[in-house]
Amino acid sequence: MAGKPRSHARTANWRRRLGSLVLPGYTHLVMLWLFAPIIVMVIFGFNDTHGRLNIVWTGFTLKWFADPFGVTALTNAVSMSLVTATIGAFISTVLGTMIALASHRYAFRGKALLDAIMIMNIAASEVVMGAALLTLFIAGNVPLGPVTIVLAQVMFSIPFVAITVRARLVGFDNSLEEAAQDLGASPLTTFMLVTLPIIFPGVLAAALLAFALCLDDYVITSFVSGNTLTFPLWVYGATRLGVPPQVNVIGTFIFLAGVVLAISFAVIRSWRNRQLARESAL
Amino acid sequence: MAVGARAPRQPALSSRLGRALAPYLLILPGGAWMLLFFLLPIVTLAITSLESGDFINGFNFTWNFGNYSGGLSLYSTQFLHAVEFGGAATVVALVVSYPAAYWIAFHAGPRKSAYLLAVLLPFFVSFVIRTLSWGMLLSDNGPLFAPLKSAHLLPLEFHVLATPVAVTGGLAYTFFPFMLLPVYASLEKIDRGLVEAAQDLFASKFEVFRRVIFPLSVPGVFAGVLLTGIPAVADYVNQDLLGGVGTTMVGRVIETQFQVNINYPLAASLAFIFMLGLLATLILYQRLFGTEQIMGG
Repeated sequence: MAGKPRSHARTANWRRRLGSLVLPGYTHLVMLWLFAPIIVMVIFGFNDTHGRLNIVWTGFTLKWFADPFGVTALTNAVSMSLVTATIGAFISTVLGTMIALASHRYAFRGKALLDAIMIMNIAASEVVMGAALLTLFIAGNVPLGPVTIVLAQVMFSIPFVAITVRARLVGFDNSLEEAAQDLGASPLTTFMLVTLPIIFPGVLAAALLAFALCLDDYVITSFVSGNTLTFPLWVYGATRLGVPPQVNVIGTFIFLAGVVLAISFAVIRSWRNRQLARESAL
Repeated sequence: MAVGARAPRQPALSSRLGRALAPYLLILPGGAWMLLFFLLPIVTLAITSLESGDFINGFNFTWNFGNYSGGLSLYSTQFLHAVEFGGAATVVALVVSYPAAYWIAFHAGPRKSAYLLAVLLPFFVSFVIRTLSWGMLLSDNGPLFAPLKSAHLLPLEFHVLATPVAVTGGLAYTFFPFMLLPVYASLEKIDRGLVEAAQDLFASKFEVFRRVIFPLSVPGVFAGVLLTGIPAVADYVNQDLLGGVGTTMVGRVIETQFQVNINYPLAASLAFIFMLGLLATLILYQRLFGTEQIMGG
């Protein structure tokens, strides 16, 4: 560097300073783009609109926040979503975790096939999966409703759970389980007292991911729902008539719940990491 | 020892049997679920696609390949739209996300994870609501264009909604994290020593990027294109809420034929064509741009 002419160094310096502004500025613009529809959603939850059309700003009000459950059909759809997503997340977390444990711990015949099926499931288009499931239910004369919604949601959540939990199992020390079993613990006791506490963060993350996937799904659910309406289905159907501001309010609540969860997750993780670092330093 | 000597015999046999069976018992419920509700439906989809008849008189399996040729010729425009808009959205997502992912990976320092979290937060809001919000933002007299129009900065007939631009933008937005996250992950993994080595060898900033950083980020780009492209070509929510009559994509046709026209065989054949087309593209893509080949060559 010392051998370079001064002027060159100065232009390089100037260019570097400009360059150091362009990229961060750009990144923040991208962030603004990502948040734009969310900001609109939150703001129009405070819009003093009359009737169901909530497009033009007509003044500030808190009345929708005071009455988030004022539209009965919407409230029913939200509770239907919460029920199906909770059941779907629970079943897929249990089944997906079992698959993750099996493929982490054992080499068995059919493992590659199982992996291939799960990758195919993640890569498959939702519209194809929804259409295919509908042909199955039609062929089997299965009545469409909450049960078929859960059947579908568990199906597309299992691979995500299995992959998330398996990522957590990488580096898991099998000798801990063996030690527990040598000391006379049954497989179930070993799982509850040794395995589960260690993989719990992964299982919890997987359960939340599955819950979010089930709660938000529109395409597959719309194929297998029959006359049952979940939250996304109700909102989608309401677009023709105008979406009431309560949708913005409930959307804001869901968003805030997600933010709180994500931030507390991040805080807990950094706290754990710091504690682990302290322990290993001792 | 005297107590232990008797006990080990029996558990040894049952635990060996248990060990052999354990993986199958563990995967049985989940695997059965996938078999019944993921693979079997593909079979019934294939069967349905070869049926003929109508809703009133019922459908019968007749090896009716006419659904396929008929579906393809009737809806070739919508198939093309899916490829065009989905493909364009993938390119837009890549071009928009790469510089941001680069900056976060190399220059955001200790705030890296905060930025990543910020990228993900908007996606905690329901997909349908996000798309609706875009529809409102972009509407002809919405909060974005109305002020510009009243200030005569935009002609009154200017509109974005109901155009391919709105659909493409909406798709790029919807699947943005699927592009940014893998690209970021591959950039973040790059050994900083390699970058410094190139700089020490007097490579210019551009050369460092072109010959060191970009080639090492290719696996992330490869994954991002797949993760964004596959859902983007199939999506019909963006097209329905942001597009117009002339932007219909094939996903929407499949949905309408199933739910509204109740023409199950035609809908099933369209879904099957779409699935096979996507599969063929995937295999071709893997052959042409497969990560190993790029890294090896």
